[in-house]
Formats: sequence, C-alpha cells, structure tokens
Amino acid sequence: MVKTINEINQKIREGNVVVVTAAEMKEIVEELGAERAAKEVDVVTTGTFGAMCSSGAFFNFGHSDPPIKMQRVWMNDVEAYTGIAAVDAYLGAAQLSETAEEYGGSHVIEELVKGREVELKATAYGTDCYPRKEIVTEISLEDVNQAVMLNPRNAYQRYNAATNSSNRLLRTYMGTLLPNFGNVTFAGTGEISPLNNDPEYRTIGVGTRIFLCGAKGYVIGEGTQHAPPYGTLMVKGNLKEMKPEFMRAAYFPGYGATLFVGIGIPIPILDADMARFTAVRNSEIETKIIDFSVARRDRPVVRKVTYEELISGKVEINGEEVRVSPLSSFYMAEKIMEELKRQVERGEFSLTAPVDRIPTKEIFKPMRQREIKVVKSVMVKAHTIPPETPIEEAARLMIDKGLNHLPVVENDVLVGIITSWDIAKAVARNKKGVVREIMTRKVIYTHPDEPVEVAARKMEKNDISALPVVDSRKRVLGIVTSEDLSRLIAR
Amino acid sequence: MRLLLRFDSKTVREPVISRTTLETGALINILRASVGARRGEILIEVEDEKVKEIEGVLEKLGVDVVELAEAVQKDDELCVHCGACVSICPTEAISFNGEKRVVITAEKCVHCGACVKVCPTRALSLPL
Repeated sequence: MVKTINEINQKIREGNVVVVTAAEMKEIVEELGAERAAKEVDVVTTGTFGAMCSSGAFFNFGHSDPPIKMQRVWMNDVEAYTGIAAVDAYLGAAQLSETAEEYGGSHVIEELVKGREVELKATAYGTDCYPRKEIVTEISLEDVNQAVMLNPRNAYQRYNAATNSSNRLLRTYMGTLLPNFGNVTFAGTGEISPLNNDPEYRTIGVGTRIFLCGAKGYVIGEGTQHAPPYGTLMVKGNLKEMKPEFMRAAYFPGYGATLFVGIGIPIPILDADMARFTAVRNSEIETKIIDFSVARRDRPVVRKVTYEELISGKVEINGEEVRVSPLSSFYMAEKIMEELKRQVERGEFSLTAPVDRIPTKEIFKPMRQREIKVVKSVMVKAHTIPPETPIEEAARLMIDKGLNHLPVVENDVLVGIITSWDIAKAVARNKKGVVREIMTRKVIYTHPDEPVEVAARKMEKNDISALPVVDSRKRVLGIVTSEDLSRLIAR
Repeated sequence: MRLLLRFDSKTVREPVISRTTLETGALINILRASVGARRGEILIEVEDEKVKEIEGVLEKLGVDVVELAEAVQKDDELCVHCGACVSICPTEAISFNGEKRVVITAEKCVHCGACVKVCPTRALSLPL
C-alpha cells in the first residue's frame, strides 16, 4: 500500500485527513501493526523545543536618508554581522550584549517577536554612494523590510548527555553540572523528535514545510555538524509571523545566551515503513553520557544510555543513582505537536515533498589545527623543597633564584606549595618554623600534555599564578607560570 | 511552618535554638544553616500550633524571624518547563507533573536558591 503526498494533501483539502501526534502513533502501531496503521493514519506530527545557539535572524532595515553602508551594527547593543549589503545584517542568538548582563541576540529576537521596539545603531566609513557614517534609531518588526529567522543547526535528532566527574561545579551549555556525578543533563525529545521519526530522511529534506516558532518555515538543508544518527536541520521562517509562545530567549548561567526554538514537522505516512519509523520508542534511541569535566574536544564517555532511561529522571552511574534534567521542554514539544495536528486537520497546513534529500551519512570532523600547544612546551624546571625546610631558608631560596613559587615534595610526591605571599604573611605574623606549617596543601596542578589554554583557565579560575606540572604519580616534573603562558597565548 | 531566623552580631553567639526548645518544649527541625562570626541565618521547621509561641521566644532573644509561607516562586510566563532545575534541587522539591510541566512541592523547598541560579529563563526567585 502506497500513498502519495498529493493524495494526503487532497485529504487535507477535503477535511478528512487523519492526523495523530508522534506520541499517539506509538500506541496505534502497537495495536494495529504497521500495515494497518499506515492505512488508517495519514500524517504524524512531531515536535521539539530545545535551546539552540545555532539560531539567529537576517534583517533588512531599509535605507536611511542620507544612506549608510553599515560597517558595524548593534541591536540593543548586541552586535550583528553586516559584512554583506549596506543595510542587511545577521543577528546571532548567542551574541552577547556589550552593555547589559545576561542579555544576547536571542533576547533581541524575542523582544521583536513580542512586538517591542529595539534600538538600532550602526557605524560606517562613508562612501560616495553611502555618505552617512552613523545612525541611531528605533525599529520594530513592522519597520524592517525582511526579518527572516535562519538557523544553521536545529532539531538535533539526539545529543550527548552530560555529567561531571570533577569535584567542582561546572556551568556549561548543557546547564549546571553538579560535582562528583551530581546530576546528568540531556537535550532532545527522543521518540517525538522529528528526525527520529524519519531516520532515513525520506520525507524530511530540502524544502520540507515545517512549523517554526508558530510560523510556517522550511527545511533548507541538513544542519551544520549533521552526522546521522546525530542529524540536524538548517531551517528558515518569517520572524514577522512567529509567536512568542513558541520560542524563548534564554541565558545559561556561566555560559551565555541561547534561544529555545519550537519546531514541529509533519511526517506523511506514505507506507508501512513510515508507520514503523514513526513507532520508534525512547528505549530504541541511544546516546552517550559524556564527562564534561575534561575540557577537551574528545571528552570521555561515561556510559551508553537510552532516552527512556534519561526521561525516567534517574540513571545509574558507577552503581549510584543520579538525577537527570532534560534541557528540552517536553511540555512545549507536545503543545507544538498538538498545534500542528490541529493546523493540518483544519486544512491550514499542507505537506510538501522534499525537493532534495539530506545526507544519511556524514562525518563530523574536528578542526584542522596548526598544533595544540601543551604545558610540556612551556614548563620550566621547578625548584622543590621538603616540608621540613625552615621558612627563612625557603625565603632565601626564592630571593636567590628569583622565584615566587616552591612546590613542596615529600617522598618524591607533591604535597604542597608555598608562594612568596605565604612567606610575606608568615613574616608579618612573626611566624617562625618550617614550610609544612604555612604551605597550601590542596595544590592545583597540571600535566605535561594538558593544552596551555586549559592550564591558563585553571589559573584564572583559582586566581593563582603558577601550576606545578606533575606526572600520573604526582611527581613534580616542572612548573608553569601565568607570565610564561600569557606570553605564549598572546602571541 | 518554616521560619527563617536572622542573627545579628549579638544573637549569633547565643544558643537560641536550644533556649527556644527548653522554654516552649517545641521540636525544631533545622533545614539549613549558615552561621558566621558576625551574622547568621537558620531555616527551621516547627509545628504550626507552636509557631506564635516560638516566635515570641525568639524575638525576645533578639532574633529576627520571618515566616515562610511560600516556596521558591516560579513565573509561569517565563518558565518553558525545560527541567534544568529538576536535577539541581537537593530536596527533590521540583518535578514534572502528568502534563510534563515543572511543578514545585512547597513543603519540600528549603529556600536554598540552587534552582534560581540555574534557570535559563530566570523564571525562579526566592520570595525574600
């Protein structure tokens, strides 16, 4: 049995189309089987509502008098990219305001969709045809010629879940991760997410009409970083037609601005295979839990996990029960599926066949880099002292060698560190004795193969100016100082 | 009933909780305490019938007492029910209801504010 998209659209026009949500479809296929379900059901609506940094909007502001060729442009002090025609610009959701805290491009987009005005400010170098060098004005969506949401990467089919094995709290784009595997966060809506219901991308492709933040939008191709089964979509839609309830500006504390994007995609049930695809269950959708405490591209995999386990709210890691937070809204995703279902039933939303397929195989490559500079290349020999060294002797060593830090070593193992500041404090308090009494015992250290950026961030976060370099047995191999690193990174 | 007790540099050195128990015979459950050298805050839970009596004793001892009738507040205009806060809450006071909306169980909230700091839409706030 084969149905065509034209036949389904005919039913939509006649008002006798059968539409169900992806959540409902699982039950239907279980009850009737794929063959019968494909006969009964014409369209399955899917939905997702997740925070996607790879979102933004193109604007054409119209020409001022005298005209300006914008060289730089800001909307509510959030800079947009205008390295294109005179009054065209792209505002990215993740771009941060230069003046307001916790405010970014996503917030500007949300304000515009809510009907508010934003301040437009631009500067230019001035040309014969565009003499104006600056402009400040207010604009709303009504005032601009075009406002087109264009998101390079949305609707992730599945995504790696996140956890944190370290002993400090991490604030990431995957939300706040508590220390010592304190929680797990994940993104995506699993079995109701669009691409999971069409895993071979038979009906979702270039040109597919979709529900995008309350407006009709289109898939314009595979998204950036598309790597099936971690597929993504590039989408566009008219910002002027969007509804604020189906999007939300967000700010992940300690990370930055992003946009919750509401997407719904209707999937035509052309045959039994499509019915089978749309019956997919969370238990069949697998992803990995990744340890975000390793600030490297290739983060360690803690374990494999299914969306069923993640959605249950608890997963097991190393024999312990760990609580889970979704970052996509299942409430909003269901609302979108229901809304899209209503629109198709009422004949307000017809289906499209893709004009081209998106790749079913693609690899997500790492960046080609010149070289990764590691600590080994910048560390210098460390002068170490035993813990029983008298404070005065340590002070003399620092002066003689021009050092500010002395790692303290006992039985070949790093047990502490003292700094010139520790000595100054001891002197000020008239404290005599050995360094064991004044050393810092909880030493922050690095390894020879750690990238210098990671070491620099450690110093910055802990407000310290040097890190002993140790091997896996905590034997001191050298030391790196912030002066050495800043010289290297600045270059 | 939950009471937030605030101590100044004088009262912070006094054993006010023990005194209150001895004077009123009330059982006091300490939910959260942050007591420093010069000031402090303790969140306690007491039986509803004894609230007034306990408040009287504490205030006599010089402690500033605030009744916490409400839990952490959620602005449903802002909340998108993503659940980022759910796994952060130490007392499991935040959960999803049958409609997959994020809901707060007021009786479990200890006003720690952990959820407030992680909310991506700034929908959460402490009532004080």
